[in-house]
Amino acid sequence: MWEQIRANRVRSFVLIALMAAVLIGIGYAIGLFVASPVTGLVIALLVWLFMTLIAFFQGDSILLGLSNARKIKPGDHPRLYNVVEEMKIASGLEKMPDIYIIDDPALNAFATGRDPNHAAVAITSGLLERLNRDELQGVIAHEISHIRNRDVLLMSLAGIMLGTIVILSWYVTRMLFFTGGMRGGRRSSGGGQGQVILMLIGLVFIILAPIAAQLLYFAVSRKREYLADASGALYTRYPEGLASALEKIAGSTAAVRHANKATAPMYIANPFRSRNMSAASLTSTHPPIQERIRILRAMGGNVSYAKYEENYEKVHGGKVMPASAMGLAPVTAREASADEGALGVTDRLRQRRETTDALDRAHDYRIVTCECGTKWKVPRDYQDDHVLCTRCGRQIDLRQ
Amino acid sequence: MVALWIILGIIVVLVLMVIGWYNGLVRLRNRVKNAWAQIDVQLKRRFDLIPNLMETVKGYMHHERETMEAVTQARAAVQQATGGGAAARGQAEGALGAALGRLFAVAEAYPDLKANQNFLALQEELTSTENKISFSRQYYNDSVLQFNNKIQMFPSNIVAGMFNFKEDEFFEVTVPEQREAPKVSFS
Repeated sequence: MWEQIRANRVRSFVLIALMAAVLIGIGYAIGLFVASPVTGLVIALLVWLFMTLIAFFQGDSILLGLSNARKIKPGDHPRLYNVVEEMKIASGLEKMPDIYIIDDPALNAFATGRDPNHAAVAITSGLLERLNRDELQGVIAHEISHIRNRDVLLMSLAGIMLGTIVILSWYVTRMLFFTGGMRGGRRSSGGGQGQVILMLIGLVFIILAPIAAQLLYFAVSRKREYLADASGALYTRYPEGLASALEKIAGSTAAVRHANKATAPMYIANPFRSRNMSAASLTSTHPPIQERIRILRAMGGNVSYAKYEENYEKVHGGKVMPASAMGLAPVTAREASADEGALGVTDRLRQRRETTDALDRAHDYRIVTCECGTKWKVPRDYQDDHVLCTRCGRQIDLRQ
Repeated sequence: MVALWIILGIIVVLVLMVIGWYNGLVRLRNRVKNAWAQIDVQLKRRFDLIPNLMETVKGYMHHERETMEAVTQARAAVQQATGGGAAARGQAEGALGAALGRLFAVAEAYPDLKANQNFLALQEELTSTENKISFSRQYYNDSVLQFNNKIQMFPSNIVAGMFNFKEDEFFEVTVPEQREAPKVSFS
């Protein structure tokens, strides 16, 4: 169950090394135009270092801040908190991750944090109110798998390098375009034909590097999604939960309001989805959702990485799971939880109320219940000792 | 001279390998211990939640004395089995889980109870505790499997033998067969 992490390390290293090579290459190429190759390398490394430092120390808060997420306490939304704790136990994670709710009708969720001890999961209020318990468990298991497999750190490191490459390429191509190319000094020194050819190659590289880096990044990101689906199914012993949640997510076209390109790979499904997006696009951070559902549904009674790989080969072709996970023993899938069928209208209303209550509590509202059964939400800076219940006319005492 | 260095090198490498296997075994054994502690925490939590539940349910389920008594008795049996072996304990915990399941199934027939906030909160807590028990058991058994494999397999079995690592037991919760309803015949 834990060996796949070792395989991940090798792959992660390859990805980071390739990205670093592209980054060094682009630094060198820039150097050809500005001053010396060494200067270019120094510029590239400085930009990268700066971005890494920011991401390492501020990454979570920036991501969560960008997404307008609210941290919740155990009592704010007991069901969500319990489900996260269940998955924490199932995955053997040592520390309980922080839990955030994003006030957004779109259906999505993501995980973040530089290592398993500084991790957080976030879910949109829209998704939270539409899922039954088994589905919620599936989604949370997928997110916890990202934390457990250390995907968050890897994708952040790779994402930062990608960002650096894109920024450098963008500025340098604009600069060359507007200043008409190389600085005078180098031209008059007369490098000859060799120099010109080298510069042309450099220019092509500067233009192509961000595209190559993006394709690399997206390919790895998609593999990570499949792996997290497989691990999630193993943690819950119930692939149908995640499959059915993904089906609900696929049925909605609302885009996440506060998502941006940098945060996209962290979500459970592509936050920019629209209905007519091409299915297996190369530049997508996420595999097509229908494919993921079909692979999960084909699992049947015995859940294992090997079975997932087999289904993946049937549906998509090729291989996706790390080789070290193949030998792990299959586990028996469990039955659906009792009374966890489709949600009726009343269930939806109840869950919506539950979610808005949780958000209000996270915003420091105090929720008091009047003797007549009406719930009142009192803001933090409310000064009075009493609040008037407009339904029955009682004064509710706020002092206890 | 060269031969001496080679022999010395081989010894150093061997010692390092033994240290590595030993540490691996210790890590796994600690994981098994931690996993066991997790199960214990959850079982204790369920045990502590039940009196609260019975207090809440009492006022509503007048016609379900038998179901309620079954839960109370199962809880008492768990208390007795706590000192005993893993098998006896697994059976008692299984019986308690089953009794609670029946209580919640019967509770569906009482709309007033289903509207009680306190009951709903307790139901959520107990359902989740039940899940946590099975997930921690799942993790424990996976850990035990990995630990036992390491102890049995070459070459770590040599180190395990040297330092006396013992295989651990799996934890199974056995659900007793539900008592069949008495058959009534009018012949």
